[in-house]
Amino acid sequence: MTEKTVLNATHRALGARMVDFGGWDMPINYGSQIEEHHAVRRDAGMFDVSHMTVVDLHGARAREFLRHLLANSIDKLKVHGKALYSCMLNETGGVIDDLVVYYLGEEFFRLVVNAGTRAKDLAWIEQQATAFGVQVKERPDFAMIAVQGPHARRKVLDLLHEVDRPRIEKLGKFAAAAAQGPHGMPLFVARTGYTGEDGFEIMLPEQHAVALWEALQAAGVKPAGLGARDTLRLEAGMNLYGQDMDENVTPWEANLGWTVSLDAGRDFIGRAALERQKAGGVPRVMVGVVLDDKGVLRHGQKVLAANGEGEILSGSFAPTLDKAIAFARVPAGETGALRVDIRGREVPVRQVKYPFVRDGKACEGV
Amino acid sequence: MSEIPGDLKFLKSHEWARVEDDGLVRVGISDHAQGQLGDLVYVELPEIGAAVQAGNGAAVVESVKAASDIYAPVSGEIVEVNELLNDKPETINEDAFGDGWIFLVRPSDRAELDELLDANEYQELVENDDH
Repeated sequence: MTEKTVLNATHRALGARMVDFGGWDMPINYGSQIEEHHAVRRDAGMFDVSHMTVVDLHGARAREFLRHLLANSIDKLKVHGKALYSCMLNETGGVIDDLVVYYLGEEFFRLVVNAGTRAKDLAWIEQQATAFGVQVKERPDFAMIAVQGPHARRKVLDLLHEVDRPRIEKLGKFAAAAAQGPHGMPLFVARTGYTGEDGFEIMLPEQHAVALWEALQAAGVKPAGLGARDTLRLEAGMNLYGQDMDENVTPWEANLGWTVSLDAGRDFIGRAALERQKAGGVPRVMVGVVLDDKGVLRHGQKVLAANGEGEILSGSFAPTLDKAIAFARVPAGETGALRVDIRGREVPVRQVKYPFVRDGKACEGV
Repeated sequence: MSEIPGDLKFLKSHEWARVEDDGLVRVGISDHAQGQLGDLVYVELPEIGAAVQAGNGAAVVESVKAASDIYAPVSGEIVEVNELLNDKPETINEDAFGDGWIFLVRPSDRAELDELLDANEYQELVENDDH
């Protein structure tokens, strides 16, 4: 049985093309994925991301529990409302999921994990939480709307209760706070996103989601589907769980080393394996590639390097750049010039530093 | 969904074929197919003079989402390709049954055309596809 978000009928009324996405019936586009992509880069777009799983953690030892559960250090969160991106690893250092954790109180943290990994994530978190006496509570009563783009914040701020506006306007990146939306609806507004643009991700009780969506649309925010979300996050250099990393890939191999905190004395799950791999040498690395020729890079295509073979992870046509880009996992060391096997044709690609796009424009060298 | 022109014949894989006055067969993909694929970003056209076999891949269209083989509805020789698609692949999204045609074949066995679906049969196929 496919699950539906509370906005399902709204998407259908807008003429969305719906697809199955990790067991959820979600809009892939509302007509043109490329136009939706440009709307986010140039103005403001919104995504229904209510399929994502919100999990609240309560308990006196909640912080101590997260020190153990997450590869990034929860102690970086010192101010209420601040958020942190982290991987949750298994004992062999493989990535169970990537998530965002919000600090809402010394005994209260909120996680947002991927929809496609919901069941195994909950099982893992609950299993680990027992020893810390932490209560794990899923919040299916929340809907979530991501509003992204250079004008996204302005358009959201205009809909907030005026007493909340100055405070939410000053909200720093990767921080969240409560505010009142249209008709006094309670919002949890986070300055986070998955597009490389500024904006907010808004959690709210699901009975208010349609009203907020409609208010945003009336304010000129363009509905955008998961298709555009995927090309936007790839251009922005952000990993997608299941495509760029999974339980057989360590953060070192997924260019997520920046999210791993090997702080002194913290015994998080997977740490020993990560240290072993680092000491012994990481066998594979993730790089960015650009195809200057015609064609499209796709997940699963074979990459040919001087020192062995690799594969394309996330790959797509990039609307902002008007050419194909991808992440590739290749053997560590001297790869030489890379080539990709596109349906039997060996095509040269250029290895580049990513993000590919920042603030609506191509990054240098891309 | 735009109206399916009655003079077209179809493969189940959503290619259309139109017999022109000079007996050549023009080939494209249906409006339904372009809608399923989404924004097209690249078309790999066949070589002029290449021999194609009915039911075999002759071209490739790529949308943001996926790559799709375009099968030849009839066997024969490619006599013309739609060069416009090199720069404007989105023409297929805009006018799948018209300006978005992909290639023109000189058929070697016109009897193969009888194997194809007519517009009504194709319409029925698409409607069942939507459920």
